[in-house]
Order: sequence, then structure tokens, then C-alpha cells
Amino acid sequence: MKLGRRLRRTRAGQYQLRLSKAERDLLRSLPGQVRELIDSTDPADPSVRRLFPPAYRDEEKAEADYQELVHAELLEHHRQALTVMEETIDADRLDEGQVVSWLSALNELRLVLGTNLDVSEGLEPVDTSDPRAPGLALYGYLSWLEEQVVEALETTL
Amino acid sequence: MPTAVPDTLPTEIEEPVGGRAVEPDRPWIVIVWNDPINLMSYVTFVFQKLFGYSKAKATKLMLDVHQKGRAIVSSGSRERAELDVFRLHEHGLWATMEHEA
Repeated sequence: MKLGRRLRRTRAGQYQLRLSKAERDLLRSLPGQVRELIDSTDPADPSVRRLFPPAYRDEEKAEADYQELVHAELLEHHRQALTVMEETIDADRLDEGQVVSWLSALNELRLVLGTNLDVSEGLEPVDTSDPRAPGLALYGYLSWLEEQVVEALETTL
Repeated sequence: MPTAVPDTLPTEIEEPVGGRAVEPDRPWIVIVWNDPINLMSYVTFVFQKLFGYSKAKATKLMLDVHQKGRAIVSSGSRERAELDVFRLHEHGLWATMEHEA
């Protein structure tokens, strides 16, 4: 894999998305998988729970009210970002709004994958005999990509 | 002549929901908790974007989260805090709110 920059902001305020065919194919099915997961919303699933965290730690009533108030909107926000990423997976240029959605979507993919893999904070060397190795490699790639999206968007702050 | 107004007023006064109305007007604080997934650069970016903090302040808060396990990122009325928590949840951060101690 070439390690060049995958996202570049142009002077016109557009963003060039420079992903190889292999990377696009790797990413293609991921947003749909996560969307399916959050649509099925088994609230007990830890990765689903991670995308809908509690607002109150020890106020049961207030927490129930909060979830009631925001759950649908939060779900829509997450779905929307995943859909934009999915629809622009073959694009060479993105506008700023689309890049913001890519950032949300990549972070959601990492939250779900990272929770399922039970990742720890440090970057551990991956043992190829570890059954989690393919997942961890994908997680590492998504982290690397997200880092670049953050860098590209930092100039807009 | 019939009237919509009852002759007698209800004797029971409704309790405020959850007793909130009788709580003292203490501010609410919004706390972001450390997690092993969100990138340090991403967390810093989100603090700058959502709260308009300088890079230095956002970085300091991010490091507090990372090293001390949590940081207070904003405070205010219940409504304000709830909105901030929601915006942080939109960005995948682990945020909660509580009354200031």
C-alpha cells in the first residue's frame, strides 16, 4: 500500500480523495454493515451502546428522558454520515460537508470495530496468528485514514 | 350558562417532574471520559469545533481526558449541558453531565 496522503484540501476549498481501488473496495461494504447494526438496535450490543452513550450516570429518570429525546436524532445523524460515505466511496472530490460526514462515519466504524475487538489504548504489535489480526489491521488502517481527515479539516477551524 | 372554568379548583397540586423545580440552581457540568478508541487529534478537533476553544485549550482538555481519565469541558444550565452532551455524543465522545459538586 502506498502511504501517500489520501485526502488533500485544494485551494478552492474542495478535497481530493486519493484512495486506491483496493482501499475503496475494502471500505465499500463497511458503512452498510454498521448501519444495519444500529438499525437492528439490540441495545445490549456493546458496540451499539457505544454509539448511544448515557448522558446521566446515576439519574435513571433523567437518563430515560434523555434517550427518549435524542435517540432518534442521534440514530439519524449516524445513519446520514454512513450513507454519505457509502454514496461517495468512488468519488475523487468531496466538498466540506461530505468530508465532515466521512469523519463521522470513519469514527463510527472505528467505535464499532474497536469495541468488538476490545482494543486497548496503545498500538500493540499485531501477532498474525491472533484471530483478531485482520480486524486489528483494518482498525489500524481506519485510524490512519481518520487522522488524515482530521488534519485536512483542521484548516477549516 | 355553561362555563369551561370549573367551580372548584383542583386541590391537588402536581408535583414537579422528578422534583427538579425545587432543586437549587446549581450549574451542570459536562464531563468527557477517556476511552481507548477516539484519536487524540480527533478529540482535540471536536473540542475546538464544538466549543470554539483555542488549539491550546482544546489540547489541554484532551490531555486531561487522556491522562486523568476525565475533563470538564463545559458548564451551564441543564438545557445547555444536555445540548453539549448531545453534540459530543454525535461526535462519538463519551460524555455525561452532572450537578457541580
